[in-house]
Amino acid sequence: MSTPTTPQPPARPRLGVFKLASCDGCQLTLLDCEDELLCIAAELEIAHFPEASSEPAPGPYDLVLVEGSVSTPEHLERIRRIRADARHLVTIGACATAGGVQALRNYADVEGYLATVYARPEYIETLAASTPISAHVAVDFELRGCPIDRGQLVEVITAFLAGRKPAIPNHSVCFSCKRRGNVCVTVAHGTPCLGPVTHAGCGALCPTYGRGCYGCFGPAGTTNLPALVPLMQRDGMSEEDIGRFLHTFNVTAFTAVEEQGQPGTTDAEGPG
Amino acid sequence: MSDPTPRAQELRIPSLARVEGETALYLRIHHGTVVEARLKIYEPPRFFEAFLRGRAHTEPPDLTSRICGICPVAYQMSACRAIEDACGVVVDGQLAALRRLLYCGEWIESQTLHIHMLHAPDFLGEDDVIGLSRSHLEHVKRGLRLKQTGNAVVELLGGRAIHPVNVRIGGFHRAPTRAELRPLEERLRTALDDAWDTVRWVAGFEFPDAECEADLLALAEPGTYAIESGVPTVLPYDAALPPYSFPLRDFTDHVAEEQVSHSTALHSRLDGRRHLTGALARWAVSGHLLSPLALQAAREAGLGDPPSQAGAGRGEVCRNPYRSILVRAVEVLYAVQEALRIISEYERPAHPYAEVPARAATGHGATEAPRGLLYHRYALDGRGRVTDARIVPPTAQNQGAIEEDLRRLVQAGLDRGEGSETELTRLCERAVRNHDPCISCSAHFLELDIERTR
Repeated sequence: MSTPTTPQPPARPRLGVFKLASCDGCQLTLLDCEDELLCIAAELEIAHFPEASSEPAPGPYDLVLVEGSVSTPEHLERIRRIRADARHLVTIGACATAGGVQALRNYADVEGYLATVYARPEYIETLAASTPISAHVAVDFELRGCPIDRGQLVEVITAFLAGRKPAIPNHSVCFSCKRRGNVCVTVAHGTPCLGPVTHAGCGALCPTYGRGCYGCFGPAGTTNLPALVPLMQRDGMSEEDIGRFLHTFNVTAFTAVEEQGQPGTTDAEGPG
Repeated sequence: MSDPTPRAQELRIPSLARVEGETALYLRIHHGTVVEARLKIYEPPRFFEAFLRGRAHTEPPDLTSRICGICPVAYQMSACRAIEDACGVVVDGQLAALRRLLYCGEWIESQTLHIHMLHAPDFLGEDDVIGLSRSHLEHVKRGLRLKQTGNAVVELLGGRAIHPVNVRIGGFHRAPTRAELRPLEERLRTALDDAWDTVRWVAGFEFPDAECEADLLALAEPGTYAIESGVPTVLPYDAALPPYSFPLRDFTDHVAEEQVSHSTALHSRLDGRRHLTGALARWAVSGHLLSPLALQAAREAGLGDPPSQAGAGRGEVCRNPYRSILVRAVEVLYAVQEALRIISEYERPAHPYAEVPARAATGHGATEAPRGLLYHRYALDGRGRVTDARIVPPTAQNQGAIEEDLRRLVQAGLDRGEGSETELTRLCERAVRNHDPCISCSAHFLELDIERTR
């Protein structure tokens, strides 16, 4: 392992951080790495990070982190330019990886949405759908979460520096809950929980606080939604409630799982 | 040049940095006079107010926190208050105290981020915090430590620093035990020293002369420095007009949002006049309610004494946007002290939340996000479905005042002969950063577009 005080490495890999439609929370996670930030800055040249620095340097970049979804005509152009400048492109967070909460509009009438928020919709340029980066360009790794987990971000950057694959398991939140020693909120308290179908990474935060997981990391590598839905119904949720529960920060990804899980298809289940 | 017809010169600076969100700036300069300054917010629209319709009344705190990763607690708190107001529920006692504690954590974290990582480099001639860490390492380390303590408060109470999971309408999913809060106490004591050192550090910066010509709008709460509640209170710029306040339910009658062609953010005006929310407004309206220690820090920082009552009485209103960093540093110190007080007085409530049964009604909620007053309004139907949502973020309210600051500062720069693109860009970026804008909220940063005609 290299130490943060390596004496003047010849050329440090260059990092670029970019943003499309998003809340800035995932890139803020990098600034929230208080203990690691100065070490990361010693290992990587932070070449482009407008939120933190006023001297953005042009590409090419060795590692690019992209936050946010593609949601305007200009984004389509921009993401192709970013990709062309990036040796490795990693999407950070639910917006870049699944379209984000703003993808709720993909299932609604955008014209109506514009009119709800803006009195003069003609001034606003927007695409009908908010889409993940992978819908437009090749992505080397997708980091999940709304927001991403700080530890996982440091792992992705470390893995990149070491030239290995990030150790980010795609199992469900249930595994994290067991590891943390939580009592199952569904089994013990009848609290509806998306943990069984949700990608781990947060450390099972919600169940730790006595709340059902709300799926902000998107679907796990394997899911069995048809088995979970009846449990949620047993615990008092209507079909509409379940719909809303699944349709939040990863609406596009869970909708895809729901479509897979329709009776007659069986590919939703598989070995871990 | 002797060309008599108006001739346009365009200058572009790709993206204004160290600001949260995407913004460009358009300046029109005619014969050396700034005739127009427009902040072009090109943050893409995300349609929160639209997709909130049809959601359950329990959902806005989690959904709206995603408007802003920098101040998610502010969104959660304003949303909770608005829905509780609609449902006729008042959350008080230890649950209210826990909310204030959570909010103090966000104030410490967010204000410290702005002071050390975004704003301080402007005063010390650095491009960013990394540059600053080479020239002022101990200050950067202190900033990171202080920020981490703010995050630790939010993480303990909320589960994580960004988009906390433990907040719900009526209170929390789980209330911490006294023993769980104890380790925070130790960190906060160190933070109190760090906050003092921060005040002394920023007090040594050089502040250019400037004055923000705008009414000041902040929440006021009897007996305490308003953070998570209060009544909108206005200190007009025009000295002939007295300070006044209005009920929160009348907020949109006073603060009218209008859409302008150059921005995806909606512009607001307060009773037809330009206004400013945030640190300077809070200092003017509620400064006298700060703790004696925070007031002592303010005096040492050179802020003097705040007005002895909301916007009136003896004492000084600070209208210099550069000096807002002083108020933020004092507020961090206050927030640390408040957090310590709340923890020392904490008794774990019997229930982590109050029940909030839905009813058909409209509710209003406003709290002081680090960058200013954040208003939410929700209309609910009898089943608790949101039928209408309205969110007025601080940066949209401040946009007019920021543009006026830009116009005045650029004019002053031009008058001093600082007309180069580099000089103007630096000046503009500083003018905007003075207000800690959160562009994601208002609808990210600075592309300077200057049109000169002669």
